[in-house]
Amino acid sequence: MPIVHKGTVVDVKKVGSYFVLTATAADIPKDFKPGNFVAVAIGDERSSLILRRAFSIYQVNDRGVYGGTVDIVVSPHGPGTDYIANLKRNDPINLVGPLGKPFSLPKEPVPCVLVGGGYGAAPLFTLAEALTARGCRVDFILGASTQEKLFGMLEARRISTTLSVTTDDGTSGVMGRVTDVLPDVIKKSGAAVVYACGPMQMLKAVSEVATLHGIVSQTSVEESMACGIGVCMTCVMPIIGEDGVTRMLRSCVDGPAFRGDKVRWDEVGTIPADTWGAPEIGGH
Amino acid sequence: MKRVPKRTTVDMSTKLGRLEFSSPVFTASGCAAAGKELDQFIDITTIGAVVTKSVMLNPRSGRATPRMAETPSGMLNGIGLQGPGIDDFIQNDLSWLSQKGAKTIVSIAGNNVEEFGKVADKLRDIPGVVAIEVNISCPNVENRGQVFACDPYAAADVINNVRRNVSASIPLFAKLSPDVTDITEIAKSVVKAGADGLSVINTLLGMVIDTDTLLPKLSGKTGGLSGPAIRPVAVRCVYQIRKALPNIPIIGMGGIRNGRDAIEFFAAGANAISVGTTVFNDPEACVRIHDETAEILQEKGIRSLSEIISAAHREDL
Repeated sequence: MPIVHKGTVVDVKKVGSYFVLTATAADIPKDFKPGNFVAVAIGDERSSLILRRAFSIYQVNDRGVYGGTVDIVVSPHGPGTDYIANLKRNDPINLVGPLGKPFSLPKEPVPCVLVGGGYGAAPLFTLAEALTARGCRVDFILGASTQEKLFGMLEARRISTTLSVTTDDGTSGVMGRVTDVLPDVIKKSGAAVVYACGPMQMLKAVSEVATLHGIVSQTSVEESMACGIGVCMTCVMPIIGEDGVTRMLRSCVDGPAFRGDKVRWDEVGTIPADTWGAPEIGGH
Repeated sequence: MKRVPKRTTVDMSTKLGRLEFSSPVFTASGCAAAGKELDQFIDITTIGAVVTKSVMLNPRSGRATPRMAETPSGMLNGIGLQGPGIDDFIQNDLSWLSQKGAKTIVSIAGNNVEEFGKVADKLRDIPGVVAIEVNISCPNVENRGQVFACDPYAAADVINNVRRNVSASIPLFAKLSPDVTDITEIAKSVVKAGADGLSVINTLLGMVIDTDTLLPKLSGKTGGLSGPAIRPVAVRCVYQIRKALPNIPIIGMGGIRNGRDAIEFFAAGANAISVGTTVFNDPEACVRIHDETAEILQEKGIRSLSEIISAAHREDL
């Protein structure tokens, strides 16, 4: 069960272009599963920014000196994320979590490729540990526009059989996109599942490569949310259900991880005409 | 542990006409889905009532994303009334609420007058439904030029039609839009048409433009503005309606964030309040605001919430 936790900041570290924030989190770590996220309030109860910001949980510690803690990775790019990145040790921080459906794990110990775009890599490290514990081989691909926007290289190297790195500008690893190296990693590792988290265009491309190779992909999306708990209907995506019918599903409670081949990537930001309850003419 | 209201010596019960509630704090339509998600954080049977997201006759996908933009002390939304349709809603959501024992006010919407009546008709004899809120003021409907609540005749037509399709014993609350010249004119019109009470207010029509693309941020271009930014507008509307209609039950809403905000609405004339956008910030808000209100009343030595309702209308000062 998710909780509202009035916690404090334990630490904020600059890592490349990002900030890793550790906060006390009471029992959130106990319920945590890889792929869950927390929703962080911006400012106090008088703040004029009233919508929480959602962050994948990067690490948890359920029995530290501070009791339970969670780590999140923040990329400052607006007033809310700037606020969080500028928090200091002992500042109050209000978290709701753990939220969202966790990643589905394979029942058999099959090889898995984990693809992270920029700070989108955050939820993949606890996932890698969970997969390794099940006997799965893990191969990592990290990509970003440039070297300082890569996240978690050392950790990825430590917990994977192979690590491949791509940057758009060639400042680290292979110059290009994650999908330039993905087919090769799938072939060499014999992967049965690809997990990906990062920008929408990357997820779409990864999903297409996985489908082309006849394997399953789990993509964790980052849609704009207002509540994170399933009540506001802001973060919807067109997703094909088991019955073949497309519905506008909430990425906060029905996701954030969806099977890549079930997401209608090209129609994100639209209501596909055959969606359940789609308007006949005009719009809603 | 789900949060429940603290015990207090202050009598926080309230009445809307014949209906009695143990707490004056309700959820706001569209900000609590059908209660299930919030029940992870608060025991929804301990708040006054769950006001469900407006339901229409048929399943409805809602609008494309982006559906939301943050604004100073508020947000703009254009969800477009996404929902499962009334049959599915009764079967899944209402049965869950009734099983829980939650008091439920069902918000209904329609594309036209007839649809409102059809939806209302389906709600006959459904257990747990204590009242119907008729959402004649959603700004995110197909024909934006025709928000029913912006025209006294159209608003009355809808209420009239709903009244004819429900049992005489079920109270109807008409949800009003602040985007009108004189909200008391609409209020009087719907009361005359058969509304037993009023929900005041719905969101204000607004727009946010993306300064990079120079296009409206929401896919529907316009959306409904909510949150603390609109609170003074809402308080004013409640006050004006209370003055015009001294005995009509009013559910007040619009940017209520804490106990002090709630007290403004009660003093303006609200008999109960709905908490909406604040729930996105604090899933426990309905219970917290109940507690804070009780605490403030206790500090003032006031024993019963009813003592402050309409207090702002005193002429003795």
